[in-house]
Amino acid sequence: MTLTLHSAVSRFSGRTLWRIRAIVRRLAGAVLTVVVATFAVYAALAAAPGDPALALAGRNPTPERIAQLHQELGLDRPLVVRYFDWLSGLPRGDLGQSIVYRNSSVADLLGPRFGTTVFLVVYAAVLILLLGLLLGVLGGAFRRLNGPMAALTSVALAIPGFVAAPILVSALALGLGWFPAVGAGSGFTDQLWHLTLPALALAIGWCAWLAQITRTSLRAEKASEHVGTATGRGLPPVTVFRRHVLRNAAIPISTVYGLTVAGLLAGAAVVEQAFGIDGLGTLMLRSVSAKDYNVVLAVASLIIIAFVVTTQLVDALHTVLDPRLRTKGGRK
Amino acid sequence: MTAVTSTPVTASPPSRLRRWRKADPVLILSVLWCALAILVAVAAPLLAPYDPSQTDILAAAQGLSAQHWFGTDEVGRDIFTRVLYGARLSLLGPVLVVVIATAAGTALAIAAVWFGGWFDRLLTRVLDIAFAFPPLLLAVLSVVLFGPGLTAPVVALAVAYTPYIARVVRSAALRERHLPYIESCTLAGLSGPRICVRHILPNVLPLVRAQAVTSLGSSLLDLGAISFVGLGIQPPSAEWGLMVADGRTALLNGSPQESLAAGFMIIITVVAFNMLGERLAERAEVRA
Repeated sequence: MTLTLHSAVSRFSGRTLWRIRAIVRRLAGAVLTVVVATFAVYAALAAAPGDPALALAGRNPTPERIAQLHQELGLDRPLVVRYFDWLSGLPRGDLGQSIVYRNSSVADLLGPRFGTTVFLVVYAAVLILLLGLLLGVLGGAFRRLNGPMAALTSVALAIPGFVAAPILVSALALGLGWFPAVGAGSGFTDQLWHLTLPALALAIGWCAWLAQITRTSLRAEKASEHVGTATGRGLPPVTVFRRHVLRNAAIPISTVYGLTVAGLLAGAAVVEQAFGIDGLGTLMLRSVSAKDYNVVLAVASLIIIAFVVTTQLVDALHTVLDPRLRTKGGRK
Repeated sequence: MTAVTSTPVTASPPSRLRRWRKADPVLILSVLWCALAILVAVAAPLLAPYDPSQTDILAAAQGLSAQHWFGTDEVGRDIFTRVLYGARLSLLGPVLVVVIATAAGTALAIAAVWFGGWFDRLLTRVLDIAFAFPPLLLAVLSVVLFGPGLTAPVVALAVAYTPYIARVVRSAALRERHLPYIESCTLAGLSGPRICVRHILPNVLPLVRAQAVTSLGSSLLDLGAISFVGLGIQPPSAEWGLMVADGRTALLNGSPQESLAAGFMIIITVVAFNMLGERLAERAEVRA
C-alpha cells in the first residue's frame, strides 16, 4: 500500500515537476523579455530631447517652479526607480498621467480607443485565418491551382496596408459605394460595416504570407514518404490529407499565424491612420508629435506585451500539435 | 596564398550563360524593373518633364492628359515627375537599411558562431528580445529621439532588421563551423578572423545576398509606412509613401491618381525585389 503510493507519488512528481519547471522557465523568459523591452522604451522616451516640466511651466518659469514640477512629476529620481514605479502601477491599470491632457490619466485616453483597435485587429485576424488558409489549401491541395496561387500571393505580399487603403477606398467605397470611406462606426453591426475595408487592408499582406506558407508546407508534406505510405495503405485521400498532410503542416502554419497576429497591433496603427480611425495606433502617433510620452509608453508596452503573449501561446500550441516536443520537455 | 580547401567553385562563364538562357521571364522582368528603378532614381532630373516642386495653381488636381501623364496634385505639381523623383528617396532608404543591417547582422552572427559559449548565448537572448519590437515601434522611438526625417527611420529599421539577418546567417554559419575544412584551416595555423572572413563568410554569402535582397522589399514597405504616417521624410520632398498620404484628400474628392500611382510603384518594386530574393535563395539552397 505505502509502497505503491510512494511509487505513484514519485512518478507523478517526476514528470509533472519537469513540466512545471519547463513552464516556469518559459514564463520567466517571457517576463524578462517584457521587462527588458519596456525598460528600453522607457529609457528611450526619458532620453528624448525636451523637458516636460518646461512645457508645463508656462512662459518665463522660475528655476524653483521647474524644480517643483520635476518633483511633482517624479523626474528628480533616478531612471531605474522611476521605471519600476511605473512597472508596479501596470497590474493596477495605473499608466500615469497624460502630459498634454492634464485632467485625464493615460488609462482614460486608452479606454475608449482600446475597443476599436481590438475590434479591428480581431476582425483582421479572422480574415487572415479564413482567407489565408482557404487560398493556401486550394493551392496546396490542387496541383493545377499551385501556379496561380503562387503568383497571387507574391503580388498580395507586396501590398502594404497603406497602399491597399486607397485602392480599396477608391474601388469599393467611392466607386461602388458598398462601404464607408472613413471612420470606425458605433455599435457592433455598424462597426463591422465600417471596419471591413480597414480590416481587409490590414489583412491582405499577412494573408498572403499565411497562404504561401500553407501552400508550400502542404506540398512538402504531400511529397513526403509517410504520406506515400499512407496512400499506399489504401487510406481514402481525404483521410490522408486531413490526418497526415494537414496535421504535420499545422506546425509551420500556426507559427506563421502566431507571428502574424503578434504583429497586427503595430500594423493597425498605419491602417487606422489611413482610414481616419481614432484608435490606439493613431493615439500613439499623435502623442509622438505632441510629446505626450506617457501615452506613447503605454501603447508601445501594450504592443510588446501582446507580441510576447501571442508568441508564448503559439509555443504552447506547438506542444499540443507535436507530441515530440512534449516528451523532450517543451523546447526544441 | 590559396586556401587549403577551396570554396565551392562559383559559376564559370559558360554555365552562367546557360543559366541565363534557362532563366524564367519573371526573373528577367524583376531584374529589368530593378535596373529601371535605379536608372530612374539616378537620372530623374534628365527624365522628368517638369520640376518636382513647381506648383501651378491653374493646373491643380487635373486628370490624366498628354501634358501630365499621371495628372497633377492639389497644388498643380506634375505627379509623373514626382513619381520619378520619388524613386530617389524611396530607394535610398531601403538600400541604407539593408547595407547597415546586413553588415551588422552578418558580423554578429559569424562572431557568435566563432566564439560560441556565453557570447553566442547572450546574442541569441538579445535577438529574442529584439524580435518583440515591431519595426514601426522602433521607428516611433527613433523619431522621438532624433526627430523625423530620413535618418531616424533608417537607423530604427537597420536595428529592427539586424536580428532577422543575424538569425539566418547564424544557423548557416553554425553548419559551416562544424565542417571538416574549418578544422583543417585551424590546423594549418590560420588565425580566427582570417578563417571567418576568408572561409566562413564566402560560404554563407549566397544566403546573405538572398536575405539582403528580400529585406530590400520589406524595408521599402516599412519605410513607406513610416513616411505615410508622417514620421519619415517630410513634405514637400517626393517619396512614394509620402505621396500616398499626400493624395488622400484628392482621393476622397474622387481623383485617386497620386495615391494610386505612388502605391503601384511601391507594389511593383517590392514584387521585383521579392522575386529576385526568392530566386537567389533557391540558388543558395542548391549550393548548400
